[in-house]
Amino acid sequence: MSLWVEILVSLLLLVGGFFALVGSIGLARLPDSFTRMHAPTKATTLGVGSVVVALLVHGSATAGRPQLGELAISLFLFITAPVVAHVLSKAAFRALRTGSAAAPGDVGLADGKEPPPGAAVGAAEAATRAAGSTRP
Amino acid sequence: MLTVAVVLTYAALGTAIALNIWRLVRGPDATDRILALDTLTINVIGVVMLLGIAVGTKVYFEAALILAMMGFVGTVALSKYLLGGDIIE
Repeated sequence: MSLWVEILVSLLLLVGGFFALVGSIGLARLPDSFTRMHAPTKATTLGVGSVVVALLVHGSATAGRPQLGELAISLFLFITAPVVAHVLSKAAFRALRTGSAAAPGDVGLADGKEPPPGAAVGAAEAATRAAGSTRP
Repeated sequence: MLTVAVVLTYAALGTAIALNIWRLVRGPDATDRILALDTLTINVIGVVMLLGIAVGTKVYFEAALILAMMGFVGTVALSKYLLGGDIIE
């Protein structure tokens, strides 16, 4: 394996590791569910895609002919990342609307003080019941 | 040089996996935990590919492909369960 191939593979590996680390730091550090969804679905996908391309270059240089099988993994990750982000944000939005999750920017959960489960739903039910009792 | 790069990438991916597990244990909502599991799967794919480079075989390619597919299907199934209680409508 020539020196330039080794430099290219090393560079791709370092870029991949960096972006995967950035995505996971974003997952751990960002404040609420929707911003947390933003970091891993983009940065981590790019990082692992870069590692996959590094393996492709390495395998092609070792075998002496182009081997494009690894592109399947990279392509699969790139196609499925938006689908995962969309379905997960739909689930998070539904949990937010039904009151079983913390609102964006709500830091009450960060220090372990959880609101009672279904507090918003309970309040809505109580309001409905109060309105119904005034009816003859 | 390639050895140094492989070791550094192992360290970065290992730190990323540790952060994902931290979010998986800590994460306040179910969606955060599902997202942490999905990111964990993607990072593990990276580690498996890196193992393929370090050892110099093509055996790990199929394992990475299967991990990618199972991770995607699992994430979508868990999210659909959260959405309506039904996985297949």
